[in-house]
Amino acid sequence: MLHKWKVGAAVIFLGLVHAVIIFAGFLAPYEPITQHRELPFAPPMRLHFLDSQGHWHLHPFVCEPELRPGTFYEYDESCTRQYPVRWFVTGSQYRLAGMLASHTHLFGVDPPAQIFVLGTDNYGRDMFSRILYGGRVSLSAGLLAAAISLLLGALVGTISGFYGRWVDESFMRLAELFVVLPWLYLLLAVRAFLPLHITPLHAFFLVVAVIGTIGWARPARLVRGIVLSAKTRKYVLASRGFGASDSYILRRHVLPHTYGVLLTQAALLVPQYVIAEVTLSFFGLGLNEPLPSWGNLLSVLQQYNVLVSYWWMFAPALALVIVSFSYLLGADALQRKLQPASV
Amino acid sequence: MRFLERRLLHGVLLLAGVSVLCFLFTDLAPGNFFDEMKLNPQISPETVAALRAQYGMDRALPVRYALWVRSVLRGEWGFSFAYNMPVRGLLAARAQNTLLLTGTATALAWLIAVPLGVWMAYRPGSWTDRLGMGTTSVLLALPELVLVLALLAFAVRTHALPVGGMTSPSEGQGVWPRSLDLLAHLAIPAGTLVLAGLPLLIRHVRSAMLDVLHAPFIQAARGNGVAPARVLFRFALPAAANPLISLLGFSIGGLLGGSLLVEAVTGWPGLGPLLLEATMSRDLYIVIGTVMVSTFFLVAGNLLADALLVVFDPRVRTD
Repeated sequence: MLHKWKVGAAVIFLGLVHAVIIFAGFLAPYEPITQHRELPFAPPMRLHFLDSQGHWHLHPFVCEPELRPGTFYEYDESCTRQYPVRWFVTGSQYRLAGMLASHTHLFGVDPPAQIFVLGTDNYGRDMFSRILYGGRVSLSAGLLAAAISLLLGALVGTISGFYGRWVDESFMRLAELFVVLPWLYLLLAVRAFLPLHITPLHAFFLVVAVIGTIGWARPARLVRGIVLSAKTRKYVLASRGFGASDSYILRRHVLPHTYGVLLTQAALLVPQYVIAEVTLSFFGLGLNEPLPSWGNLLSVLQQYNVLVSYWWMFAPALALVIVSFSYLLGADALQRKLQPASV
Repeated sequence: MRFLERRLLHGVLLLAGVSVLCFLFTDLAPGNFFDEMKLNPQISPETVAALRAQYGMDRALPVRYALWVRSVLRGEWGFSFAYNMPVRGLLAARAQNTLLLTGTATALAWLIAVPLGVWMAYRPGSWTDRLGMGTTSVLLALPELVLVLALLAFAVRTHALPVGGMTSPSEGQGVWPRSLDLLAHLAIPAGTLVLAGLPLLIRHVRSAMLDVLHAPFIQAARGNGVAPARVLFRFALPAAANPLISLLGFSIGGLLGGSLLVEAVTGWPGLGPLLLEATMSRDLYIVIGTVMVSTFFLVAGNLLADALLVVFDPRVRTD
């Protein structure tokens, strides 16, 4: 039961999620590391349309959170002054999509006040901004790692399937080994043998490389199967008879068969790898603190008081669920479209 | 039984391969357990060198591997730097707890998944089926980490269930209160594992059943007026068992390796937290030992599935 709307929904979802992540700088009112130390664990702000006199405002406004005297991080709203939410405000500098320098943010409030649509964390950093920037890190880690896995898998699978014999035999035994190992254990074990304290950027590439290299086996086996069956087709034999080189045959006749499987695998692997990165960072083995990632953001939930008191700290989990759900929807649609019989 | 012999040999080779891989990784690693000591001015370089020699860490890689294999054969599984004792004792205690957790969760998941999957396959496309498929796809998209955090938050806020560890110190000494206490502690980690494992199981059961329910003998049975429940469970389910037995093998194989995250988050004293701790402190024989034990389980689970297949499915025997 392939529903058109499912495919459409998946594509739109995925497009939206990635657009949000790419334009994080524009959509986020603050930088992920901007601290508002006087407002730790401020709850998400309410957008008011009605003021105390009962007047309706077309422009929503926010009030200031005020620490309730004698409490730790409990806030009341004080609406003596109202701060209307403004569109396209000028704020801190960022690079749009990583290139264009800009100061304009989609929304914000006038300086003395702040706007925290999803509250703040223990250092008073805006959760909404951190989720957007963190998504950039987590998603690109997943995408890059998936790219590594697929490249490695396609390479090994092609060599294995096309040249066969002992190369095939040894690669496939190795692949079995990698498929069979529990991935989290393997990930931790490999991580155990790599340096613990490194710069955030190094950590990012390290984590990506580790996650990506561990997952090569599944795509490799799938690609191998397709190459095996494709290379015995009559037109391949014919072009070989006409003197075509191996690389020509591979490029022209064999590899195009694998694109569908690779695409489906990508849709399955990306959310898995995003979750892998989140898991590693959650345990403090992935990306380090100044760099926001969804795993880092969630790791504060290991503290009892955060888990009990501040429900908005779960927001990154929701983002993670949305991403993995839309990818699964996409993978499902692709799978039904491309390989109706198997899997 | 050529089939089984081949699979057995295969499994042994696989385990050997994993162990070699583990040692290769350890050798590639910059830094080790004793590096932190070098930073400590109170520990002289000679002491560190002596310690390294005592644990055999100054030897070449092949020698270390040979020593480790010998210690495995003696039943010691290497020596932990941090705990200063053979790894096996450490692993055995932790593995017990892990098995208690994952065994309960796996059994529960299967007990729920089989009837549900069969029921959904009975009328494909009906609202029960569609509801089931919708629920499983939502569950499928929920990462284990999110599930366990949500359940933890629920337990912590409502105080319905105890959180962390296996037992509460305040409970009495009787067998009954203590096992009740254990069950209460088990609820969150096991619940997470069940919820995380269910969607895949249900879908497999459903699709295996769907394949069989179209077969002529099922039509014949229905035509002869055999009661639906009897058709489903007595005729169809055994015929659909082949892929499910392989899946059961995976379930059993994952008993030691599948619960690391849940254990670490809920504080269940199983293998997961041990591995995490060892990873942080680079207690490498514990890391290797844990990976080896969980791989052993995987191999054993698959072997068991193969053996069951030979018993239950005559088609496998012919090859």
